[in-house]
Amino acid sequence: MAAVTSVGEAPLAPSAKRPPGMQAGRRRRLNIFRYVVFTIFGLFFLLPLLAVARFSLEAPTKLGTWSVTAWRQIASYQGTGIPPLLSSIEITLELAVITCAVMLILLVPTMIWVQLRVQWLARTIEFLCLLPLTIPAIVLVVGLGEIYVKIQRISLSALMLFWVYVILALPYAYRALAAGLTAIDVTTLSEAARSLGASWFTVIVRVIAPNMRAAILNAVVLTTSLVLGEFTIAYLLLYTNLQVELYSISRNTPNASVLFSTTLAALVFTFLLLLIVSYAGRRRRGRG
Amino acid sequence: MTSSPMTRTQDGAARTAVEVRMEGLSRHYGHVVALDRLDLTLQPGELIVLLGPSGCGKTTTLRLLAGLEDADTGQIFVGGKDITRLPASKRDMGMVFQAYSLFPHMTVRQNVAFGLRLRHVGAAQRDKRAMEMLELVDLPTQADRYPHQLSGGQQQRVALARALAIEPQVLLLDEPLSALDAKVRAQLRDQIRRIQLEVGITTLFVTHDQEEALAIADRVGVMREGHLEQLAPPTEVYSRPATSFVAEFVGLSNRLSGEVRGGNVIVRGCTLPLVEQDRPDGQVVALVRPEAVTLASHDAPGSGPLSGTVIAVTFLGATSRVSVDLGDATVLAQLPTSEAATLTAGSRIVLAIRPDPVLVSADSGPAGAAEEEA
Repeated sequence: MAAVTSVGEAPLAPSAKRPPGMQAGRRRRLNIFRYVVFTIFGLFFLLPLLAVARFSLEAPTKLGTWSVTAWRQIASYQGTGIPPLLSSIEITLELAVITCAVMLILLVPTMIWVQLRVQWLARTIEFLCLLPLTIPAIVLVVGLGEIYVKIQRISLSALMLFWVYVILALPYAYRALAAGLTAIDVTTLSEAARSLGASWFTVIVRVIAPNMRAAILNAVVLTTSLVLGEFTIAYLLLYTNLQVELYSISRNTPNASVLFSTTLAALVFTFLLLLIVSYAGRRRRGRG
Repeated sequence: MTSSPMTRTQDGAARTAVEVRMEGLSRHYGHVVALDRLDLTLQPGELIVLLGPSGCGKTTTLRLLAGLEDADTGQIFVGGKDITRLPASKRDMGMVFQAYSLFPHMTVRQNVAFGLRLRHVGAAQRDKRAMEMLELVDLPTQADRYPHQLSGGQQQRVALARALAIEPQVLLLDEPLSALDAKVRAQLRDQIRRIQLEVGITTLFVTHDQEEALAIADRVGVMREGHLEQLAPPTEVYSRPATSFVAEFVGLSNRLSGEVRGGNVIVRGCTLPLVEQDRPDGQVVALVRPEAVTLASHDAPGSGPLSGTVIAVTFLGATSRVSVDLGDATVLAQLPTSEAATLTAGSRIVLAIRPDPVLVSADSGPAGAAEEEA
């Protein structure tokens, strides 16, 4: 049998240590580099937003003065054939929830199943999920036009947009979930659960999915941001979601500042919502 | 092993340990034969360790028994009942894996109770049983921790508690100690054996570590290329290996050229009895254990076929392993440390070979010390 020998850990040679002065200098240079990069990128993102905010607060009558008129006009806008703003917000939020739910129900069990049982299908599934990235929205609309004609015979609700939004969200959600799946040992966990008497359904729902919480949250955040920001398809298919509504407001209000206030409003709304979704998910996760 | 040990149950009642029988099991992966018509029976309450090199089929055997893979041919009986086509979730077997397999989102207590929850055991009883199992593996204080807060050894102990909590008919251990460091491995190995004896459960243990196998098994099955080379108690596997593969795989062997003559083999002037008495006369390679090589004298002038120069002395505790250069071959001798203490590299010594029955190999590989590490 093998002899058990212990190998002592060799002490570090004094020459291997860096002089403290050198380390401190290097750290200081690195910190300066970090601050410079952070400042440049911060300004790159922040300056256009500040400009938009400034223009949105421009008084319609006298240039160079401050006013909140453009913001008031968003809330008070009443257009012909356009639902009120609150209704559009509600529709968009409902769309986000439905799209996320359908996407998760469709993708999470499928991806786990493929990983566990039909790995030879993984490439095909990945290809199919990433395909929408390569198809321009206009092409998608032309292709889906016929289907939406039939859907509109059943319901004219803008909620029907979830069909196409699920397709649009697939690449982002797939990537997020795939990263989560590779981070855990799916095979061992599922085999352990099965040996304890778990059915495949239990394995997926009670063992694998809870360990993909971060990945699921990421997929939800990405899908939500996509739905909140989507304009082209809704506009071309003649539905009114929040983006279409804001676009209508900015076009039909005789105040140039409204264009900026609506843009900023959309941005702030999306940002806040994503912050809430992300924060809520991480708070629940914190325990483990 | 004819008696049937009793396993403890949740209610404190006892039930009889079961016999596991595998008949003609085969498994192919494409053109590769992982398992070739394997027949193996585990007596009730017995711990069999399957030992062998990578790809010999030991893990495949365990996975077929667990139901994690399907056999191409053959049948599996547990307690006389054919379970060959039963899914893993219905087989009533507890399993501990090589990789850490605790559910990361559950506490230790929840992990141990998971199988009971699936069996709709009430919360209070589930909790009681989980704590009993944690006490069995000496981890009752870790019940509310998460797996990432435990060490590797603790995680494997919890995995063992989880496997036993469901009162399985059979316990399957798939190299559960291989990810642990040497000290923890030895401790946990002894703990597994203690618990297995205490619970009295029929157990199949797979490992490639021969020290582990010989230390805890009732019987060791040495596998090679999908079939069992030998299935016997550890002492027999070591001292009377059935084949040259077993002799070389389990423990250390010196490969020394010799000649078979009349049921004996002559190795460097020493006459040694053969394990296989019907071996035809001719040139062979004899497989001689280091323990069979003894010190004839270390004051001898240094002549004869078994005289040589010490190359190295390795201290192993009560014994020491001495490498000796015989000129045309190197021989390992395992000597009591008291004898080896006076030897240093460069010493001239004369060895002798104890006349234990030896195996011979027809192949003409290089003579010398052949080492098979665990």
